[in-house]
Amino acid sequence: MSEPMLRARNVHKSFGHLEILKGISLEVQAGQVACLLGPSGSGKSTFLRCINHLEKINDGELWVAGERIGYRRSGNKLHELKENQTAKQRAAVGMVFQQFNLFPHRTALENVIEGPVVVQKRNKAQALREGMELLDRVGLADKYKHYPAQLSGGQQQRVAIARALALKPRLMLFDEPTSALDPELVGEVLDVMGSLAASGMTMIVVTHEMGFAKEVGDVVHFMADGQLVESGSPTQVLGNPRETRTQAFLSKVLA
Amino acid sequence: MTQVAAVVEGRRNEEADLRVVPARFVGRWVAAVAVLGILAMTIYAMFTNERFHWDVVGEYLFAAPVISGLGKTLMLTGISMLIGVLLGIVVAVCRLSSNPILSTAAWAYSWFFRGTPLMVQLLFWFFLAALVPTIGLGVPFGPELLSIDTNSVISPFTAALLGLSLNEGAYMGEIVRSGIRAISPGQTEAAKAIGMSRLQTMRRVVLPQAMRVIIPPTGNETIGMLKYTSLVIVIGYSELLTSVSIIYSRNFQTIPLLIVAAIWYLAVTAVFSVGQHFIERHFERGFTPMKGKKPPTPGTAETVVPSAAEPAAAQANEPELEPTK
Repeated sequence: MSEPMLRARNVHKSFGHLEILKGISLEVQAGQVACLLGPSGSGKSTFLRCINHLEKINDGELWVAGERIGYRRSGNKLHELKENQTAKQRAAVGMVFQQFNLFPHRTALENVIEGPVVVQKRNKAQALREGMELLDRVGLADKYKHYPAQLSGGQQQRVAIARALALKPRLMLFDEPTSALDPELVGEVLDVMGSLAASGMTMIVVTHEMGFAKEVGDVVHFMADGQLVESGSPTQVLGNPRETRTQAFLSKVLA
Repeated sequence: MTQVAAVVEGRRNEEADLRVVPARFVGRWVAAVAVLGILAMTIYAMFTNERFHWDVVGEYLFAAPVISGLGKTLMLTGISMLIGVLLGIVVAVCRLSSNPILSTAAWAYSWFFRGTPLMVQLLFWFFLAALVPTIGLGVPFGPELLSIDTNSVISPFTAALLGLSLNEGAYMGEIVRSGIRAISPGQTEAAKAIGMSRLQTMRRVVLPQAMRVIIPPTGNETIGMLKYTSLVIVIGYSELLTSVSIIYSRNFQTIPLLIVAAIWYLAVTAVFSVGQHFIERHFERGFTPMKGKKPPTPGTAETVVPSAAEPAAAQANEPELEPTK
């Protein structure tokens, strides 16, 4: 079997005395869309942020495409990576935030090319061309000159997706990408994510959109209280959950 | 929805010939007349009172020593502000650093330079030679390789520059810090997530946005600095006020010459204010999306004939978004 895109082994994370992740182990294969479900406070977002090393893990190991995140092993020691090496690892993983976090002082196109030009030092003309293609892909080519404040929430999130894709990541992380949107704008973002999944992108999606998990997800992981409770196909986990904790959550969400 | 639109339309047709009469504000007129009256009286008094000696003001307004003093004032203001702003950025970044030594040192710097009178600092730098007669380059605590007389380095100009810019750095540090802290942590995270280093994040994401918060108080500081430069009169650097005071100590026309200085300070402040406006507008990019888009007033709404296909209610729901030019 080939190297999984993400391998997490016994990941622990605490904030002070509060233990948020109590040993998460899971794998996501290349091309898979994995949906992380669970009640708020269960550690889904924290886990996602650990994958991108936005949070430092306290114990356990994380690999993205076979590369250890945040550390370098020599002998039986783990050396923490320097800032520029961490930055390189981050650039290989795209991240989409709940609050979009677009740069408000830059236009949609400038947001998209910021990573390729400033971080990856790619040719600007080429970055502009590719940036326009990406904006076209998320259906916003005509809005390239707009500043984030001139776009609706759904449009901002689609620009944010284009910005993450501009770095040509191997893995895309979505942290509740539709939770901050008005209900009528959720669909346009999920459509973009769906077509991204269809193009073969490996995606890990923290979401409360059960419909998306069911239709687009290959695997669903249910988390509660910092632990992975149940994993399986969407039909199994959502339709016929084994664990009582999952059943209790779904009965509330789907009611 | 269509029903509501129809009702609104009906009302509008029914009452189409009604005229809107704006409310009248008598108090505003009274206040305006009073202010204009006081202004007229002041101007009249100023120009009919011969003791103002406007002829002397006119004589010295463009006099060579005054203009040269003005140039020195502008140079001192410009360089001190430049160094002050750069120092301020360094101090702010150190204050926010997770290294406790750096943040404490930055705090101590601000504490010291904000906590002692600027006049004392200026005199201190000017008389540095009394404390440290020679300045040496060499191995710390070890042998000296090069030694120079402090008095040859510390001229009135360098003392003024040191005093003003070090003092300004302490104030700018607080201003920049408030600007940086006004930017949401989500911006830093997004920058990190696309692989930016901390320096890139600061330079490309945080500081450009923080400028919006930093510019207005920095404008205050610049205008303040323009006038604080007059304090260097105590160490004998011939900036604007010093030059003027030298003249009036000879011809005893104190008031007219102080008016000359005041006119120049006011003129420069006016120019600075205009400059600030343009700088603010530059950093406002992306933050004022609806500029120029005003809601229709009742007067113009009457002239709009809503078509049946496009009810007015639907148009109001989706405002056209124009990119700012």
